[in-house]
Amino acid sequence: MRDHDLTRLARRNQLAVLALLALTAAVGVAVLAPWLPLADPDAVDTPNRLRAPLSPGHWLGTDEFGRDLLARLVWGARVSLLAGVATAGVAMLIGVGLGLVGGYYTGWIETVVMRLTDILMAFPYILLAIAIVAGLGSGLRNAMIAIAIVGFPVYTRLVRGVVLSIREREFVEAARALGGSDGLILRRHVLPHLLSPVIVAFSLDVGVKILATAGLSFLGLGTQPPTADWGSMLATGRQFVILSPHVVLLPGLAIFVVVLALNLVGDALRDFLDPRTHAA
Amino acid sequence: MKRYVARRLLLLVPVLAGVSIIIFMVLHLSPGDPAEIMLGAQATQEDLARLRSELGLTEPLPVQYARWLGLVLRGDLGRSIWTKRPVLVEVLDRFKATLVLTGSGLVLSTLAGIALGVASAVRPNSLLDRLSAVASLFGASMPVFWLGIVLMVVFSLWLGWLPASGMFAPYGGGDLRDLLSHLVLPAVTLAAASVTIVARLTRATMLEVLGQDYIRTARAKGLVEWRVVLRHGLKNALIPIVTVIGVQVGYLLGGAVLTETVFAWPGVGTLMIQGILARDFPLVQGCVLVIALAFVLINLAVDLLYAWLDPRIRYA
Repeated sequence: MRDHDLTRLARRNQLAVLALLALTAAVGVAVLAPWLPLADPDAVDTPNRLRAPLSPGHWLGTDEFGRDLLARLVWGARVSLLAGVATAGVAMLIGVGLGLVGGYYTGWIETVVMRLTDILMAFPYILLAIAIVAGLGSGLRNAMIAIAIVGFPVYTRLVRGVVLSIREREFVEAARALGGSDGLILRRHVLPHLLSPVIVAFSLDVGVKILATAGLSFLGLGTQPPTADWGSMLATGRQFVILSPHVVLLPGLAIFVVVLALNLVGDALRDFLDPRTHAA
Repeated sequence: MKRYVARRLLLLVPVLAGVSIIIFMVLHLSPGDPAEIMLGAQATQEDLARLRSELGLTEPLPVQYARWLGLVLRGDLGRSIWTKRPVLVEVLDRFKATLVLTGSGLVLSTLAGIALGVASAVRPNSLLDRLSAVASLFGASMPVFWLGIVLMVVFSLWLGWLPASGMFAPYGGGDLRDLLSHLVLPAVTLAAASVTIVARLTRATMLEVLGQDYIRTARAKGLVEWRVVLRHGLKNALIPIVTVIGVQVGYLLGGAVLTETVFAWPGVGTLMIQGILARDFPLVQGCVLVIALAFVLINLAVDLLYAWLDPRIRYA
């Protein structure tokens, strides 16, 4: 891409640039958390519990155990962002793999892949995740596994649709006539066509996964205390919402801002990589 | 239409079989003995043996599944370990509350979404249209449970206009007025994201329909504008809207679990979470089964409605 293309794109979509900056800041702060001059996020200080924002020594106040909210938000960002990216990544890998196979091969492979997708999509998304965590047991790792499992069918359907349209094109037939193996055709000729739609879907999906992980933590099925994570901070702070609304409002605001930024960047990426979907 | 209904019902069989296998497997996902997990470390050998035989855990997995499915088909979902009552009774008791909440959310999101979408399409790029675009972005980014808490803080705690939790007032309540006042906040919370999705889709579809020749003809005939928009425009735009509303039911049923938890709404969602925390697997399986079944049946109804509205689908 030429430089002036990028500049024009940025100028046209200032909101997305702002969102990208916010995301970079969030990721930067999360990565640098151990080196930032922050209080210990797990240090209990009950005499100073539920301090309001801008209290001495606690910019964003403290929670019900007197723990510094700023430190917990920053350390919580590590968990929430990592959970979002990792679950969306695993869902994408499984979904793309199955979508490729289900779209390229006809017969029983296609039937098995598509029926599996149908069955998983027959459940309301978060309900299936909750059911899987119920079986596996509460905890962040299990919540992430559950969300990745319920999340892959979206990619499978997307990828299968694209592969079905490419499978019969001349360049694939030519590759087959030249003796190219299925693996080579999929890797060299089909996969590159999936890049744009999958990147766009992934960028929008990370936000969905952050919301889902926070939802499970909010229900007490994800991150367990004392680990800071935005969803679990909201859950524990809920009991103190009358006395100190900031304990609940701040982690919720953090989730909202990050997911909003991800959606804005995702939309801009879609406009750039796949203008047809925007027009539709 | 009969052939389409038969084909659609036939397609339901593998989906329902798969759904039942997944729900059955919930109990067997965790490594270790499910009886030990449910009863905890303090359980005696006799208690464990009794539960194992009650749940049929000593038999091979396919036999267990077949037996479980047989019982489920006869309406026997087992007994809750926590409340000792039959699971079906327990779940159906709570399902009414979930239906009230989800139904209200659906009505709210459909009516408000279509109204907002039509208004945006009639005047594209107006202030309302822009606000609706911003709201849709916000709706997709806001955690539903956080929105619920914010609404509760503002309207219950600060303004004192509406009750903060539950379905009825603990004393002196129980009438329709009491129910409605308790329903407002959870229903708005649940519907918020769906409203924006329905509104955006209605806007896009309406814009397309309003550009058609027959709309120009209707205007040229001298019809009043609202008649053109609603009779000729909206009626033809409804088909894709019906589909997205069907999808929203799934979202609303899932979102109800979170919303019910925030507002202590006595539905299947809160029952399921209580079941998980109490490690009451039969109860959890019952909750998931009832919600998934409701979702599958609603999707079937939407598909049939879709085919009835649009003959092209039936003959495809």
